[in-house]
Amino acid sequence: MNDVQMMTATADGTQPRVKVSARGVDVFYGEKHAIKNLTVDIPDRTVTAFIGPSGCGKSTFLRCINRMNDTIPSCRVTGRIEIDGEDIYDPVLDVVQLRARVGMVFQKPNPFPKSVFENVAYGPKIHGLARDRTELEEIVVRSLKRASLFEEVKDRLNDPGTGLSGGQQQRLCIARAIAVSPEVILMDEPCSALDPIATAKIEELIDELRSNFTIVIVTHSMQQAARVSQRTAFFHLGTLVEEGATEQIFTAPQDRRTQDYITGRFG
Amino acid sequence: MTQHIVRAFDEELGVLSAKIVQMGGIAEAMLVDAVDALAKHDVAKARTVVERDAQLDEIQHIIEEQAVLLIAKRQPMANDLRHIMGTIRIASDIERIGDLVKNIGKRVTVMEDRFLSFRSMSGIQHMAHLVLQQVKAVLDSFSQNSAELAHHVWLHDGEVDTLHNALFRELLTYMMEDPRSITFATHMLFIAKNIERAGDHATNIAETVYFIETGQQLSGPRPKGESSAVAFDSQDD
Repeated sequence: MNDVQMMTATADGTQPRVKVSARGVDVFYGEKHAIKNLTVDIPDRTVTAFIGPSGCGKSTFLRCINRMNDTIPSCRVTGRIEIDGEDIYDPVLDVVQLRARVGMVFQKPNPFPKSVFENVAYGPKIHGLARDRTELEEIVVRSLKRASLFEEVKDRLNDPGTGLSGGQQQRLCIARAIAVSPEVILMDEPCSALDPIATAKIEELIDELRSNFTIVIVTHSMQQAARVSQRTAFFHLGTLVEEGATEQIFTAPQDRRTQDYITGRFG
Repeated sequence: MTQHIVRAFDEELGVLSAKIVQMGGIAEAMLVDAVDALAKHDVAKARTVVERDAQLDEIQHIIEEQAVLLIAKRQPMANDLRHIMGTIRIASDIERIGDLVKNIGKRVTVMEDRFLSFRSMSGIQHMAHLVLQQVKAVLDSFSQNSAELAHHVWLHDGEVDTLHNALFRELLTYMMEDPRSITFATHMLFIAKNIERAGDHATNIAETVYFIETGQQLSGPRPKGESSAVAFDSQDD
């Protein structure tokens, strides 16, 4: 067990700080018990991958982290989820502020029907992050650069965002998410609608973003989880079965169910 | 083991394992024949041992090609990945055993037979017997997916080392007593060394099987033979 614990430490041997912490979380959709007594720590500036078969609760839990489930009337969340020790389900907490701290990227690229520039500028504008046009332009350019998209779109900033290729649109959505300087970025199968080249670019981007953000990614591609993440959590039937260092989960998982799933043996 | 959803994957893994068992069978038979050819000075039999090594090389190539193809096609994970990587390593260890036994065969074809009555012959036969048991047991551990049996093999390499060292001293004595026996005894020394190294490869395979089954490396103290022949062993890995 010792070496397993060792692997959870970062390269320089220090234990990364916990960014998001869930304790005894249960989620219900009406009668359906979607997540059962989930407890997990998500470390700061690390990519954590959630894997598991469809309907296992991984996306549901992801959406709890920025309270996206609030928009579903039948959904009920109990237990405690903290970001930096602060309860995000505290009734006095401003959900809009929370979602500025916790950005999200979805399966299908969903740029606004506006220009490339406006897509990225939208968040900083509504959150009042820029005092004038110059500052706003700075934020947009910086975000596009961080999303590795600037070089490709610098001459088309006023063209509609929906006119970009799928992979570019997804990077535009990532630029839009990071424009408001979030602390955590949630990604729900961000590459499933993209071709392998666009996927590789997003994966490269995720790896760069991890030095500044805490990233949680839900993916159905085991190879992708193995490639981009440092921690992997396996969900099954609403339960967190196993969470650990990615290299351990994919080479020597401790739980039989994890092994059966990642090796393609699930009945 | 539960089956894969993709059944062809199970079949392909099965083919790989079958090839390992086939290689193991050839290597075992070669070792038996090589020592038999030595004891009876049967040069014809020794030549068949030398010839059979090519079969091992060929199967090893097939295993490597199929393993690479499997990795490319199936992107194996966890125990499947360990199994495939382990199979490549085991094939290479068996191939090395084949080379060592082939070398025994070559030596038999050029050795004089007038010193065959040496007592050391029974020592060689005893060593070969022990190593053969080790090789058999470790291949059983592979085909039975038994980490326990692999661990057992790993722990019992010491006896072979002890015998090897005793033989080493014995042959030195003969050479001192009768310098005409030096050529013969030197061949015997190398043969003993080859058998001992074949035993080391069985231990390597045990480590690989243990890793395949558990995902952990074998570690901790392992009984070693006495180290009187350390100088002789120094070039060893």
